Amino acid sequence: MSAVDVLVIGGGNAALCAAIAASREGARVLVLEASNAFWRGGNTRHTRNMRCAHDQATEILTGPYFEDEFFEDLLRVTNGQTDETLARHMIHESKEMLTWIAEQGVRWQPSLGGTLSLGRTNAFFLGGGRAMLNALYATAERLGVEIRYEAEVTDIEIDDGMFLSATIGSTAERIEARSLVAAAGGFESNIEWLKRYWGDAADNFIIRGTSNNKGTILKLLLDNGVQEVGDPTQCHAVAIDARAPKYDGGIITRLDCVVFGIVVNKNAQRFYDEGEDIWPKRYAIWGRLVAAQPDQIAYIVFDASSLTLFMPSLYPPIQAPTIGELAQKLGLDPAALQGTVSAFNEAVRPGTFDYKILDDCRTDGLTPPKSHWARRIETGPFYAYPVRPGITFTYLGTRVNKDARMVMADARPAANMFAAGEIMAGNVLGEGYAAGIGMTIGAVFGRIAGREAARNARN
Amino acid sequence: MPAIELAPAQTSGTTAAHASAALAEADRLMTVCNSCRYCEGLCAVFPAMEMRRSFADGDLNYLANLCHSCGACYSDCQFSPPHAFAVNVPRVLAEVRNESYAQYVWPRALAPLFARNGMAIAIAAAVSVAAFLFGFMALNDRAVMFGVQAGEGAFYRLMPHNVMALLFGAAFLYAILAIGLGLRAFRQDIGAPSGMMRDPGDNWQAAQDTASLRYLDGGGAGCMNEDRQPEKDRRKLYHHLTFYGFLLCFSSTSTATLYHYVLAREAPYPWWDLPVVLGTLGGIGLLIGPLGLMRQKAVRDPVMREPSGRSMEAAFTLMLFGLGLTGLVLLPLRATPAMGTLLAIHLGFVFGFFITMPYGKFVHGIYRYAALVRYAQERKALHGTVP
Repeated sequence: MSAVDVLVIGGGNAALCAAIAASREGARVLVLEASNAFWRGGNTRHTRNMRCAHDQATEILTGPYFEDEFFEDLLRVTNGQTDETLARHMIHESKEMLTWIAEQGVRWQPSLGGTLSLGRTNAFFLGGGRAMLNALYATAERLGVEIRYEAEVTDIEIDDGMFLSATIGSTAERIEARSLVAAAGGFESNIEWLKRYWGDAADNFIIRGTSNNKGTILKLLLDNGVQEVGDPTQCHAVAIDARAPKYDGGIITRLDCVVFGIVVNKNAQRFYDEGEDIWPKRYAIWGRLVAAQPDQIAYIVFDASSLTLFMPSLYPPIQAPTIGELAQKLGLDPAALQGTVSAFNEAVRPGTFDYKILDDCRTDGLTPPKSHWARRIETGPFYAYPVRPGITFTYLGTRVNKDARMVMADARPAANMFAAGEIMAGNVLGEGYAAGIGMTIGAVFGRIAGREAARNARN
Repeated sequence: MPAIELAPAQTSGTTAAHASAALAEADRLMTVCNSCRYCEGLCAVFPAMEMRRSFADGDLNYLANLCHSCGACYSDCQFSPPHAFAVNVPRVLAEVRNESYAQYVWPRALAPLFARNGMAIAIAAAVSVAAFLFGFMALNDRAVMFGVQAGEGAFYRLMPHNVMALLFGAAFLYAILAIGLGLRAFRQDIGAPSGMMRDPGDNWQAAQDTASLRYLDGGGAGCMNEDRQPEKDRRKLYHHLTFYGFLLCFSSTSTATLYHYVLAREAPYPWWDLPVVLGTLGGIGLLIGPLGLMRQKAVRDPVMREPSGRSMEAAFTLMLFGLGLTGLVLLPLRATPAMGTLLAIHLGFVFGFFITMPYGKFVHGIYRYAALVRYAQERKALHGTVP
């Protein structure tokens, strides 16, 4: 008999929700976190909110967000690339999360300054994701969950869909358990793995979160017959400041100014409609757009009239008195950038600028167009932010059913293996992203996985 | 690549020129924090920060005086050390705050008193106590100093009431004047001259926030200590005991003064009378509160503490404890031969406290209150209310 009922691999939101839920079911739970205590929690430490359905306004949410609306939002951002049964199940379960998460010691607050557009749909953690983690860890420890840090799992023994043991790389210790919850994230920090799909372009990707999500557990599971789900090139990626550190730059290098200017590539050419839709609905496409440009770099160019219209970012914009000098500072061809800006300015139609709505400021006869918020870039000084693809997390994962139980390649349910969080996000997110949904996937399926793993261990 | 390369960990503030290294670091941190904002629900510092896009010294002094260094933002921060961004707001704002006390002090020539504040306050207290002891002995007959005094006016046989009132009144008025001039310098520095600070609504809001220590609890979670169990933190409780203990003692003295001049009733008063009851309760607060605060200080996570401020905090806390202790001891022993000596020691502590009020940690409450008035005013201008 093994000493552990439920082994949880990972230490973020999904892992801790699973550990807590399993413990509350009476299971003896062990959590293996690859990092040390400071860096614990992987990408969760960089998060700040969770998208939950609710039928009426609450103290922290300004109005109802019904299940159907949530599902429609999901369909829109994923272009229908979602497992409807699982997605609807998750959305239904998300309603309970508002109270369940709070019961685990996490505090909510209304939406943050600068993100008021999420005030109705997303519940924010007081103090952010690390505060949430601190609360979850404290609760897990109080419940008697054993947590081991610097315990990276490097091997898993699986026999025909049945988890037998995991091995901690640093000590070669082999740990048996009656059931497994894999909540160890995606593979976005494994640049070599990304290169299999992206080629050398992946060298220019910046990873917004943890450097520990190398996909080791994901790969071990897939190699042992767990069914794969999701397109390996799909991920949550945004355009972030190119000066950001390679890992763990988090939220503060994001830039919310695309809609106020134009975005050009290294040839000083525009490549997409910057004003297609309001920013919260479009921010998540820009990572892939920049990834498709030469050298995976682009520059957001705007003028003095826009400087204070968006939330400040970590690094100051590059600044110059003329477009030509700005181009020189950016290393772009001055004549080419001047030409692009002039062509844009000539195409701008008169309109009434209002960045809160889809206004009538647009270009005419320009390819690609700028459909809204198009204003001439003419008032110096001129500014630019260099941007690169910032990968938040990947979608390739393990297929699961409604009980968060892994499904094997031959469609049989796994005997005692469950998955939650980014490692199975591809079940719900085929492509695209909607703010806060990663945490919903983690918490909802984490709780289910923990509960089911505990029940499985009892039988 | 062009000239935009920047070492990843290297981040900068919004403003090139700062008066000190601590202010420059505070600017760098606020630039990080203002692009994150996850902590805006914890206290007043971050919402006030969000109303700005750049941070000059006056802005940073304002933010620093809103901060209680409760530590919630440090333990919640994904960028605190060992992250390369090395965000440690409680410690850096404590440093800025401590520097600001010296910057606003009147007269400016006494600013160095803040540099070795513990020593300065200890010397002032010792000299004051010694002066009262020697003065009492020099000016009083041995039989009076070491005899048993009883009945109305017992204290004033050692020191005539008018002399006492004059001496302490003068010391107190001097303290008020010096603190007032320091406050004026603070207001001007943070861009809120006195005319802007007179709104009754803003003052009422600030008074409530001050009286309840609204922001001294990490947004409700408690202060973060070494044990990482903020729910066990009692800093707010001990601060309340200290603050209200002090106010009770002050009202005891004020009541006694009214008794003397209005009702012509001279101290000592019976144990059940208002000045004694207020003073006793206040004295108990001043015993438990400062001891508790020192205990809380001791278990603070050292990474959040600002070492240069320790002697100032210790001096102020011990001074308050001394006030309470010497006052309380006097009560049961006031009808014994020890009364003369104990009275001299107590009065020495009170006098020492009064004259050092503008030159120690006492001013933190004054600047905190003014910063909260400013905050109430800013919130009102932005949102119409203080949520």
